[in-house]
Amino acid sequence: MTWVNSIIQGILLGGLYALFACGLSLLFGVMKVINLAHGDLAILAGYLAVGVIAVTHIPTVWSFIIVVPLFAVLGYLGQRTLIQASLSRGVLTTLLVTFGLSVVIENALQQFFSANSHTLGIGSLISDSLHIGSQITIAYLDLVIFLVAVVVLLGLQYFLSSSRQGRLIRAVADDREAAQLAGADYRHIFGIAAAIAFATVALAGIAYGMYTSFNPASGTTALLLLFAFEAVVIGGLGSLWGTLVGGILLGVVQQLGAQVSSDDQVLAGQLLFLLILLIRPQGITTSRRTA
Amino acid sequence: MTTGGGPLLEVRGLTVHHGQLRALDEVSLTVGAGEVYAMIGANGAGKTTLLRAISGLKASTSGAILFDGTDVRALRTERRVAAGIVMVPEGRRLFPSLTVEENLQVGAAYARPGAWNIDRVYELFSWMPERRKQLAAQLSGGEQQAVAIGRALVANPRLLLLDEVSLGLAPVIVRRIYDTLPDLLASGVTVLLVEQDVSQALRVASHVHCLLEGRTTLQGEPAQLTAAGIEDAYFGLNATPGAPA
Amino acid sequence: MSSPVQPAAGQPAAGQPAAAQVAAVTDPDVRVTRSRRSPLWPALGAVVAIAILAYLPYLVYAGTTSLLVNFFILLIMASMWNLLAGYAGLVSVGQQAFIGLGSYFVLIVGLHGIDPFIGLPVAALGSGVVGLVVWWLLSRLRSGYFAIATWVIASICYLIVIRFASLGGGTGEPLPSMPTVSNTLLNAYTYWVALAVAVIVLVSLYAILRGRLGLVLTAVRDDETGARSVGARVSRAQLLVFVIAATGCGAAGGLEIISQPFVQPTAAFSVQWTAEMVFACLIGGIGTIEGPILGTIVFFVLQQWLASYGTWYFIVLGAIAIAVAIWAPRGLWGLISERLHIRLFPVGYWVWPAGQAAGSGSPGLRLRRRRGAASRP
Repeated sequence: MTWVNSIIQGILLGGLYALFACGLSLLFGVMKVINLAHGDLAILAGYLAVGVIAVTHIPTVWSFIIVVPLFAVLGYLGQRTLIQASLSRGVLTTLLVTFGLSVVIENALQQFFSANSHTLGIGSLISDSLHIGSQITIAYLDLVIFLVAVVVLLGLQYFLSSSRQGRLIRAVADDREAAQLAGADYRHIFGIAAAIAFATVALAGIAYGMYTSFNPASGTTALLLLFAFEAVVIGGLGSLWGTLVGGILLGVVQQLGAQVSSDDQVLAGQLLFLLILLIRPQGITTSRRTA
Repeated sequence: MTTGGGPLLEVRGLTVHHGQLRALDEVSLTVGAGEVYAMIGANGAGKTTLLRAISGLKASTSGAILFDGTDVRALRTERRVAAGIVMVPEGRRLFPSLTVEENLQVGAAYARPGAWNIDRVYELFSWMPERRKQLAAQLSGGEQQAVAIGRALVANPRLLLLDEVSLGLAPVIVRRIYDTLPDLLASGVTVLLVEQDVSQALRVASHVHCLLEGRTTLQGEPAQLTAAGIEDAYFGLNATPGAPA
Repeated sequence: MSSPVQPAAGQPAAGQPAAAQVAAVTDPDVRVTRSRRSPLWPALGAVVAIAILAYLPYLVYAGTTSLLVNFFILLIMASMWNLLAGYAGLVSVGQQAFIGLGSYFVLIVGLHGIDPFIGLPVAALGSGVVGLVVWWLLSRLRSGYFAIATWVIASICYLIVIRFASLGGGTGEPLPSMPTVSNTLLNAYTYWVALAVAVIVLVSLYAILRGRLGLVLTAVRDDETGARSVGARVSRAQLLVFVIAATGCGAAGGLEIISQPFVQPTAAFSVQWTAEMVFACLIGGIGTIEGPILGTIVFFVLQQWLASYGTWYFIVLGAIAIAVAIWAPRGLWGLISERLHIRLFPVGYWVWPAGQAAGSGSPGLRLRRRRGAASRP
């Protein structure tokens, strides 16, 4: 039955991964930007939450009310300045700029917060667990994070498919020039998409901070960027539903790997990623034509 | 209709470069309200470049583009759409992952007030309503062209730029597309089109303008032009190489 | 090394404005050279520089030569990354895989009681073979996917290596020392070997890029589809480049463990290596051989200068890298060579119209190698 427990833990973990991944998926799907600073942005959000809590003394769980909108604004401004400037210079430049950003963020965090670990303490309300039978334990925190992830992803999917702004984002992603010809300022729409992506990263970062401890280098050492990317690739680019599936699959495989040996957790996920790349590069949920 | 009494569009001495290549060389033209102005010329003559320059997708090196008396060269494409210049680009360029209706909705997102809306486009193309939920990528070439024109119309343009609408389409489909032109004109839209098929252009246009290697070789009303004259202007035969047209 | 080419005299087309330029190239009196001025002086300069560097262990303390060993290691890695990104258009953030593997190959050799210097070619070769396998796995991926996939590969290499307790597991392992050699001498040997490897790498790069492969790579960099359509063996060229880069990074990794002399897996496979390579290339200039050299120099100067400021060093470096990527995409060397028209490693061609002595004034036609990061509207 511990295998069942592993699978359940994996599914819940997958929710967190999917939350990380949807920002990456959005940025890549809309702007063709691979944000190498993605993991570090999440950690930055975590630290921002730490700072906000220290200053305002609000309960940890409400820190997102300040941090998430702040990050949305950051995303819009970042897109209109840095990302837009590098987009016009080609793929290599965006990779280099986001890579440079990753280094700057990590070291700036270390400069101001020291290299020590921090954690976002959670209230006693959600530090408890649910017990099913003798073998299955579900921490309330994990469950909440998973539900938040599902709500966010499905909400985002709905937003993209049914709202005017979502339609514009999809249009700009399809054909930037044609969108311009329809009267859309694609830079502004890119900015909106980036704002949404950054908001989800902030949410993911805060969730991560509640889930485990983090330090300035966690963006890279915790392989958050890699997991997010793997979730996107496994699930398939093109739909956020796919990102959720990918995240869950990754989580499950990792947890099953951990059952085999605690060293194999990450490796199992990497191998799944490689396998998908080899036999079904367009991802689980995408049809062949968009590969 | 123009507010100043002058032509709706006036292009003066427009020069456009692709890198070091001079794609348009001091091209000038005047389009009055309610006209159908046709650009003809061989491949690479600069017709599409001209339309892209007028719509703002391509920066021009020098010259002026006067829309209703105001030079729009400094305006981004989106602002020109707001002013009333809307282009149906070469190759349709529908949003492939969006449905027919969503494509039209995007076209209407920044529309100017006017007579055209999605319902009226559905009236113009009667087959469209029942296909509205289909993905744009699944339509045939002719159907996509119709949707592309519809997408431009719902923005309520004053000047509609049509770039090679006949490209890749069967003649009977092309005819059907051009049959909608009178409806457009009746609603107050002026049309500047690029057409490879010279006889088609002569049928619908009030003015014809021929380009060769970026330079104007001929312009005038169809009735005043001879077939031989058009042929010479189109292919550049009998002209001295390198000499100005 | 200038070789006046005798093109076949052709019929210039009548009337068209381009005819004048066409005539210039087909005129038999037009000369095509590899470099603007005589390449003798830079070559002489290089020999002198190498000689001075070689003599250094007799002049300075071990601290300086150790620093220079690190310099050479970074120079090799930066040159390899430059080859990948600047010439083949392949952005890899996972080269640390081969650096780490190179270190461990030498460790394995050393653990068997063999002289670790002999392990260097093993490290290079072994990494090259692994590079071949990795390319087979990743070759179909497009740029962004490819980049992160290389990082995943590095992570996998790390995870596999730490399972071997014989290699030190997760904590690392020191390189068995050679008792017969004194520390000073070992230090000097390490220095000379590092210098030699760096020189070999640069000379090989120069030779490769002057030749057919270099031509193919430039075509690929400018327009991959266009290159394929004229028959360039694009995939083959990219494969070669990837394997060469793996080999070079493997050698660098081998040098790293020899100079330390221990290996710590987290550091050996750290993405920090990529960060340093990328910065050196970015600041020096991607797409030229001189660029990484200049970039590595600047990197080290900055490191010495800002060492006391700790993490500020990386913040400044990161900010500079971002600024350079956006506003000076051709790096410092790009700025310099634009102004002064210098090529220390001439890999392009100059065409001199008839009647003009090569090296005087400016040429009529200049066929230049253009950078990959072209601006798009």
